[in-house]
Amino acid sequence: MDLSVELCGVPLRNPLVLAAGVLGTTAALMERVARAGAGAVTAKSCGLAPRQGHPNPTVVAYGGGLLNAIGLANPGAGAMVGILRDARSRCAPLGVPVIASVFGETAAAFGEVVRVLEAAEPDLYEVNISCPNVASEFGQPFAADPVQAAAATAAVRAATGRPVIVKLSANVSDIVAVARAVVDAGADAINAINTLGPGMVIDIRARAPVLANKVGGLSGPAIRPVAVRCVYELSRAVPVPIIGTGGVMSGEDMVEMIMAGATAVGVGSAFQYRGIDAAAAMNAELAAFMAEQGFHSLTEMRGLAHG
Amino acid sequence: MAEGAYLAARVDRVRRAGAHGVTLELDLRLAADPGQFVMVWLPRVDEKPFSLVDGDPVALTIVQVGPFTARLQGVRAGDTLFLRGPLGKGYSLAGERPLLVGGGSGVASLAFLARRLAEAGRPVTVAVGARTASDLLLVDRLAAAGARVLVSTDDGSAGERGLVTALAERLLAAGQHDYVYACGPAPMLGRVEELCRSWGVPGEVSREAYMRCGSGLCGSCDRGDGQLVCRDGPVFRIGL
Repeated sequence: MDLSVELCGVPLRNPLVLAAGVLGTTAALMERVARAGAGAVTAKSCGLAPRQGHPNPTVVAYGGGLLNAIGLANPGAGAMVGILRDARSRCAPLGVPVIASVFGETAAAFGEVVRVLEAAEPDLYEVNISCPNVASEFGQPFAADPVQAAAATAAVRAATGRPVIVKLSANVSDIVAVARAVVDAGADAINAINTLGPGMVIDIRARAPVLANKVGGLSGPAIRPVAVRCVYELSRAVPVPIIGTGGVMSGEDMVEMIMAGATAVGVGSAFQYRGIDAAAAMNAELAAFMAEQGFHSLTEMRGLAHG
Repeated sequence: MAEGAYLAARVDRVRRAGAHGVTLELDLRLAADPGQFVMVWLPRVDEKPFSLVDGDPVALTIVQVGPFTARLQGVRAGDTLFLRGPLGKGYSLAGERPLLVGGGSGVASLAFLARRLAEAGRPVTVAVGARTASDLLLVDRLAAAGARVLVSTDDGSAGERGLVTALAERLLAAGQHDYVYACGPAPMLGRVEELCRSWGVPGEVSREAYMRCGSGLCGSCDRGDGQLVCRDGPVFRIGL
């Protein structure tokens, strides 16, 4: 079964993209996820300066998914250059592109981070304007406002000629308006969605919020219908490819995203539930569904839910 | 209870463990393997991983290394501890004549292992190392499990003077052991791996790393080889 896709001119052997913030901390882990079957891998988001992130607990499982507030822990752009270079040299022979994820405290800072990371020659950039876990320091995410979102995108656009993905938040009244703004500002693709919320889980015996940050972003099965709805709306509204991310646990969940209009599918929490080997298993489930239903390529399935 | 939610357990007993540690015995029984760990949460403070000294009932040895362990030292019988687990992959029970090598607080997970191996009828030898006599941990518990316990200290204040790896080397050289389990500081584990390779004896080491999620999601505990200490480990086979 041919699972290959092209994302902004970059060939992917399959549509499964390791989502930012999951297992992307080291080159060895990104190589491992690539060898386990991912079509592309995204490194942990990085900013200009190193960040320790929040104290523990940083992740808690609840009934419908996970709540996390890692707090953008990262070694800073300078150190990330080495990690990305190493990751590229390990993943390129496997035909797996490496996506660098960037964040900034100001719109201009997004561009500065990308200027530093250019030395690593990542295959694509992802602009993380939608982390919900750092509001106490950073204020509202850039993704909350079309003007701010466009400013961050434009700063990145000015800093690189490589493909630029912008990762959006579903916590907005009109995600389509934000998407149009970032596409007008030069985004080559949209990733929808980042974790939802923030939410809170209270341990009633401890009488306290579990996360040290008190609130964190929701991921996992509970958020998938929201992500699917966003991808469905966006795929009609913007003329760029979409990475559908949010609660995808299986190959059939990948089909759902693709039928909503996604070109590629982001996977994160599934690696906690199913382990790293889930990458190959999910692609096999995707291929099995296509064989069962008589599809020969992902293109044939894309957007089918729109009727 | 939802997956990942915390177990609330009463502290039944607090015993001193060396001059700088305590062993907390909890009113909690877990189906756990030796070498597995739990994340201990002090609400509004922090959460850190601790090896199980036993799972049934749960026992944890806390040696003071920083502010979090200092707070845990203040726990009293009757207090409630919050934890999640058991997590990670533990030791196998391979080896007919196992040698256990522990340094510092690494002895914690070996105490649980020694009990299980002894229950399986294996003759258990444990080489325990510490800086000084007052840093020695869990020697009584190891002996009570039926293990032969040999001690070394850096300053000779208890047992023989020197590194525990020198003691382990003599034991391996004598050819009486067919499997090694080790837990302790990274340099000690590195030396144990060298010894296993040079004597051709297979074994397992339990590693430490800074952990966040403890569940294979965040990638914080990769020590550079793409292996997650929290999920692929903390116990790893020694490559011969």
